[in-house]
Formats: sequence, C-alpha cells, structure tokens
Amino acid sequence: MTTSSIGTRAAQATPPALAQRVRGLSDRAIAWLFIAPTMLLLLAINIFPLIWTIRLSFTNFRANRPNAEVLNVGIDHYVAILNDPDIWGPMQATAHFLFWTITLQTLIGFTLAYLIDRKFRGHGFWTTLILIPMMLSPAVVGNFWAFLYQPQIGLFNYVVSFFTGIPPSSFEMLGSVKLAPWAIVIVDTWMWTPYVMLICLAGLRSIPDYIYEAAEVDRASAWRQFWSITLPMVLPFIMLAVLFRGIENFKMFDLVNLLTSGGPGSTTEVVSITLKREAFEKWRTGYSSALAIILFVAVFGLANIYVKALNAVKNR
Amino acid sequence: MSRAGISTAHSVVAPTNLAKCVAMALVIVYALVTLVPLGWILLTSIKSPPDSISYPPKVLFEPSIQGYCNLFTTRSRQTEAYIRSLPPADSACERIARANSMVVVSRSNYLPRFVNSLIIAVGSTLLSVGLGVMAAYAFSRFKVPGKDDLLFFILSTRMMPPIAVAIPIYLMYREIGLSDTRLGMILLYSAVNVSLAVWLLKGFIDEIPREYEEAAMIDGYTRLQAFRKVVLPQATTGIVATAIFCLIFSWNEYAFAVLLTSGEAQTAPPFIPIIIGEGGQDWPAVAAGTALFLVPILVFTVLLRKHLLRGITFGAVRK
Repeated sequence: MTTSSIGTRAAQATPPALAQRVRGLSDRAIAWLFIAPTMLLLLAINIFPLIWTIRLSFTNFRANRPNAEVLNVGIDHYVAILNDPDIWGPMQATAHFLFWTITLQTLIGFTLAYLIDRKFRGHGFWTTLILIPMMLSPAVVGNFWAFLYQPQIGLFNYVVSFFTGIPPSSFEMLGSVKLAPWAIVIVDTWMWTPYVMLICLAGLRSIPDYIYEAAEVDRASAWRQFWSITLPMVLPFIMLAVLFRGIENFKMFDLVNLLTSGGPGSTTEVVSITLKREAFEKWRTGYSSALAIILFVAVFGLANIYVKALNAVKNR
Repeated sequence: MSRAGISTAHSVVAPTNLAKCVAMALVIVYALVTLVPLGWILLTSIKSPPDSISYPPKVLFEPSIQGYCNLFTTRSRQTEAYIRSLPPADSACERIARANSMVVVSRSNYLPRFVNSLIIAVGSTLLSVGLGVMAAYAFSRFKVPGKDDLLFFILSTRMMPPIAVAIPIYLMYREIGLSDTRLGMILLYSAVNVSLAVWLLKGFIDEIPREYEEAAMIDGYTRLQAFRKVVLPQATTGIVATAIFCLIFSWNEYAFAVLLTSGEAQTAPPFIPIIIGEGGQDWPAVAAGTALFLVPILVFTVLLRKHLLRGITFGAVRK
C-alpha cells in the first residue's frame, strides 16, 4: 500500500482546489525536509570535527600555540603510538576495567533478574529502587564515592573493617596501586548492574511459559530446564547488554576522572584519561588526535558488531 | 506478555512459595545495600562538617542545615570583635556562619550552575526531540534511499568517545565564539541526543498504524497536516519518554562540560566536585549539592519506569 497511490486516488476523487491541497509538498520533498536538519546538525557537530581530527592527526599542531607554524608530520603520530610501550599501560588498565565490570555486572545482573522474575509480591517496587543508581550522573555520584572511600572516615572502609576486622585506616581504596583498579570496578558495577539486570529481565520475560510446561511434561529437572531453556533464550539479551556496556566502558571517562584521575601513578589510567592528558594537559593536539582516531576505529568496530547483534535480537 | 493467559490456567511452572520468599529476601537485601551510598549522601547533607568526618561514621547526629548554607553562600573568616559589632543576623545561614566566626559574603556559584544545567538540558532536549521526531517520521513512513545506512550513520555518531571529538569542537567553538556559551552546549548535546531521539521515536511511530494518516489524507488533510494532527498526538507518550531520556543525558553529562565550559556556561556536574571549604572539600556542602542535583532524576526515573528498557537499548528491546 504505497501512500502516494492513495494520495493520487484521493486527488482524482476530489474537486481540483482540494486536489491541489492534498498534493501539497510531495512525499519526497517532505522526507528530505524532515531528515535534512538532523543530518546538518550531525555533520556540523560530529562529522566536521571528526574530519578535522583526522587532519590534525597528521600535523604537529598544538592547541595552546595556535600561531606557531603547523608542520605536516605524515603518519608519524600513528607509528609513534603503535610503537609506544607506554600506550599498553592504559590499554591494560582499560582491559582490566572492561573485563571485570562486564563479568561482575553480567553475573549479578542476571542473578537479580532471575530472582525478580520469580514474581514475588512487590517486585515492581523493588525493581524501581534497584534501577536508581544507573539514572544518576556518574560524575556527581563518582565524586561522592571518593568520600565513601576515604581511609579513616569513609563509610566503605568502615563497613569493610566492621565485617573483616581490618583497621579502616590501614588501606586506601583510591590511593593504593593494588586497590585503585578495583575501586573503580566496584563503583561502575554498583552503578551499571541494574542496566544489565533490566535487559536480562526483558529476556526472561520473553520466554513463553508453554516451553517450560512442555519441559515439565517431559520431566526435565529444574537444573536441566535452566541450562537448555532459560540460558540459551536469554543469551541474545545478555550479549546485547554486554556490547552496550563494552562500548560505554571502553569510552569511560567521568567516573574514573573523578575517582582517581588515572592515579595513583597511572594504574587506573584508562584510554580516555590518557587522551585527556595528552590533549588538554600536555596540549599535544596532533598526537592526541591520532590516538583519538585509533580509539574511534576500535569503537566503530565494536559498534558494527553491536548493530548486527541488535538486529539479531530484534528479528527473533 | 503472552504468558499471562497461560500461566493462570495451571501453575506447573509457577515458582513455589519458598522460592518466592528466598528471591524476595535476596532482592530486598540487594536493593537496600545498593541504596546505602544514596542514603549516605542525604545524611551527610544534613550533618555539620565535624560530624561528617567523624570516626566511626555517625548515623545519629544533630541535623544541621550548614551544608545547604555553605552550598549557596561564600563566607569569610572574621574576628570575634568584628562579628560582635555587626547588627543581629537576619538569616539562619548568617547565624550558623557567625557561630563559626564567619560572615556570609555573597552567593555561591551553585545556583547559576544549576540554572545553566536546566537551560542547557531543556534547550537541547527541545531541539533534539524536535529534529528527531521529524527525521523519525520520514524514516518510518517514506522510502528514503540508503535508509539503513543513514540510520546506522546516525547511531554511530553516538559511539564516538566524547574526548575524541572534544578537541576539534574546542577549536571550532573557539573560532566561531561558541566556547563556554550555553548555545554551544545546547547544540553539542542536541547532536549527541538526536541519535537516540531518532531511533526511539522511529520505534514509537512505527507502532502507529499508517491507516490513520491515510484516512485523514483522504478526508482532505495534506501530508503535513496529517503529521501534525494525527501522528503527533498519537506519538505523545513516545515523545515524552524520549524527551525525558534526552533530558537525563544532558543533565548528567560531564566529559564535554568539564572540557568545554569553565565559567559562564558551566553546568552543575563539573562544579559540584570542586566545591571546597576551608582546608579541603566541604563534604556536607558537596552532599547537599549532589542531593539537590539528583532529586529531579529520581522523579523522572519513577515516571519513566515503563519505557526505561526501550530507552537504554535504543529501542532494540521493547517489553
């Protein structure tokens, strides 16, 4: 049912004055008129800057010295970054952060979703409460976590010492090389587990009851039902959640910047922090642009996989 | 959705009462533990500075509005003699300040920053939802050449690490005089949000039967009139849900805000962490600023409950 044919039929069936009004703008014109502003905005604020970044990445431009002569350095920055042993520090910090946040969030999130799907009385209310952390500003909340993590006076250290007997001033979550990477994992997990939970819950609710009933008739054990019905059917949803969290945490900046700013030393320096240090502290604009492009290509690769997975989930 | 009809018929698969109780207990424990940091923010905001840093952490204490006073004012230390020479204090905050041998000097920057957050969030939400609903309608109803590629392009702009685009945007804004302006931030957040708006709204508009508009057009409406008078009212829920998501994003955003704004257009998220008192961070004031900043989001979360899932997955998962 093409809309234009209905328009034409309507035009034929009505007197000329009205017919003209019906035609008005052609559908094609409206389509472009409606899409163009969005595209223009994206071109101006996203694509143009991206092209600029690419151009800068081949120069030695420094944003704090706009009047200095700009030299073309070719692919030097890219070669330098890929050969720089120091870049593997941030890469490792990012990998540690990604691996543990995603693992913990998936495990806890799925378990919670499974429990909530038991549909006890008041589950809606408790679900809403659990969802609150993920709606809040990571920067503002992350900043407050720095207070909870204070060695002597912080609530976190107090609670840990209450349950384990370790003196609360004997460890510094944010100041110690060993603990700081875990401090950011804990806050991110606290914040984003509800996200994974919500998507898993949708997955669990999408499984029709008759499948379990059939399994029940076949006398499949509860354990067996879980492994051969529940898990496989929720898996696409878990994948979706993992990819979303993967992309977001690969770009992670606000939480880490406020909790540790990459410290102590550079133990929690994830790639976004490196980028900020290079671009806005050392003002190596050309070098940081090259790094930004490399990261963007990596995220774009992830995004591609993500869209495919997204379509797979949608088309089920 | 489809399970309701079946599961009431016979309860072969319904969880046992014991399973329900255990599940309920575990979920409640998790919910309570996860809310402790938020409760602590509220408690800290009504503590006096010494109470906020006492060991062991105090749960029972004399409530004080000093945190909120410190949040909204700047103070300076004065001699006892000078304070005694002043006329009686005219506000509660002034009295608290004098008790600590200080006088209130002026208002702090918190309120202007809060207002900036409000203006930028509302402005960018209106712009991105306005643009988004038009583009979403076009993608939903018309044959657009390369539609899937365009939609993917729109989504992919969201994947960029903010810091990566912040460098050229910083340079660009400096050139055209948009750096540290509300307009600049509104445009920037709109560009980030429009991808979400298009994707979400396309889903909502897809769900409105085309027949409604076609019937309206047969009755003599033009395409644009049908869009305005038939599609938009039908899509109200979707538009509101999308708007709240955009609002929350702009409200919470930190990376662009901290890199691109410093004074005039600075929003609350980069400001709250730098609230300091004498000798380090003034935690009750920080907590008060945080608490006030979080309240609108709490309200919105409750309002959005039903559409939350859709929003966080770009419309990929619908209940």
